[in-house]
Amino acid sequence: MSMATFTVPTVTQQPGNNDDLVEKVTVKNLDFYYGDHRALKNINVSLYHGKVTAFIGPSGCGKSTFLRILNRMYDLYPNQRATGTVRLDNDDILAPGQDLNLLRAKVGMVFQKPTPFPMTIYENIAFGIRLYEKLPKSELDDRVRHALSRAALWDEVKDKLGANGLSLSGGQQQRLCIARTVAVRPEVILFDEPCSALDPISTAKIEELIDELKEDYTIAIVTHNMQQAARVSDFTAFMYLGELVEYGETTRMFTTPSDRRTQDYITGRFG
Amino acid sequence: MAVMISGASSPLYAKRRRKNVITMALSYAATGFGLTWLALILGVLFYEGFSGLSLAVFTQMTPPPGSAGGLLNPIMGSLVMTFIAVLIGTPLGILAGTYLAEYGRYDKLSTVVRFINDILLSAPSIVIGLFVYEILVATMGHFSGWAGSVALAVIVVPVVVRTTEDMLTLVPDTLREAAASIGLPRSLMIQKVAYRAARAGMITGVLLAVARISGETAPLLFTALNNQFWSTDMNAPVSSLPVVIFQFALSPYKDWQDLAWTGALIITLAVLALSITARFLGGQSKKS
Repeated sequence: MSMATFTVPTVTQQPGNNDDLVEKVTVKNLDFYYGDHRALKNINVSLYHGKVTAFIGPSGCGKSTFLRILNRMYDLYPNQRATGTVRLDNDDILAPGQDLNLLRAKVGMVFQKPTPFPMTIYENIAFGIRLYEKLPKSELDDRVRHALSRAALWDEVKDKLGANGLSLSGGQQQRLCIARTVAVRPEVILFDEPCSALDPISTAKIEELIDELKEDYTIAIVTHNMQQAARVSDFTAFMYLGELVEYGETTRMFTTPSDRRTQDYITGRFG
Repeated sequence: MAVMISGASSPLYAKRRRKNVITMALSYAATGFGLTWLALILGVLFYEGFSGLSLAVFTQMTPPPGSAGGLLNPIMGSLVMTFIAVLIGTPLGILAGTYLAEYGRYDKLSTVVRFINDILLSAPSIVIGLFVYEILVATMGHFSGWAGSVALAVIVVPVVVRTTEDMLTLVPDTLREAAASIGLPRSLMIQKVAYRAARAGMITGVLLAVARISGETAPLLFTALNNQFWSTDMNAPVSSLPVVIFQFALSPYKDWQDLAWTGALIITLAVLALSITARFLGGQSKKS
């Protein structure tokens, strides 16, 4: 292992059979700063339509920070800035004139802790739809049902749509949040450690869900759980100390990683 | 070298236990001391005021000395002025509190506003009365119910600002991020998500503000003054319970003094009811 691979954030071995891959999000030379602290260093990566890309790495490596750039979530806070380019289709989302609300409708996000709004189950979903579309009641009902079905929650809540979203169990709340995200009809969905607060059964459900959702969306998932990354993702990116160390097809990343640090991490030698 | 000492017999542990017993005893004593006075005050209030409670108190006007009467005009005056004060103070307080917790969270201005609000919160109410006397009573040339309401509103504002900010700050940022993540503009996030999550606490704040102003005498002395007769004209002096209690309690007439006791009991019970409601709502918000 030469030193060169340690310092250059190599995008090793672009995924094979490139023919049917549609690049949805393209990140070039991305740096991110918390005040003066450079938290991300020259990130180059692509997300593909219909694929799940997992971001793994030890705590503090910048994977959540990276995810929060893709929907400009960091803009809610002062003294945080990103430089470089992040293209969604052909739109530079870091451009100063970017409409953040429209961007976030296109790039949905599911968080670590389930965050249902303090309103009924029905309203949790309908609320986001009404923001952008004025629909007659019957059509809105359909959309709500569809979103809840997509999130594999419909059967469990169809008889209590008027109940408070907070009355659901943690796993159900998380699926409610996924339904809420899907309802707005995004193109990209970002999952920020969506299962770290859930039990194994709920986790399995969410993973299954991600697998079903991926055919229609571009999905990025940050996870601490390497088995999870191996199970749900098509591509995996390993990040370490703010750098993207290695990126490639999940099967290859977990069997024959080319960087020593990736290998050490996935075999549990650090992290 | 490590010496093995079994926990229970260790001198350090015994010392800690002794300290604990002493501290507990002192704490109970302090609590008992405070509660004693509260019980005495409430006891005397009930003893002196309860016999005077009758329908007449709520249906008749304040009497001249020596004749029968009630407290209808001061009760009505207090209700109306409190209502208007809340009507003026609550929107201002909620807007300012929202600025502090949401829009201006990272601004220097917030620190200044918060500091000034804290001063206002602890300002002696008589100073507020004098202030409103200068800007309203002196300029209008007469005492009025409006001036009384404004003085009370000045007391309401900082209380509502504080509770609104505190309650909104308790709303987790993850909820704000979740709202933003579906493309919700900040203004809608505040209205539909943050206010909803903080609602119980914010209502509690308003109720506490009502409880606070319903017993205030000093700001009304210089503004609404008093009125012995039934008056719904807010442009004229208006009667209020605290001021009538103040006036009647200091008088040499037995029947006025009795009415003052009854009035004091009514205010106390009203504030007690408000506090219980506020507590109930606050407890509910913690559960959800």
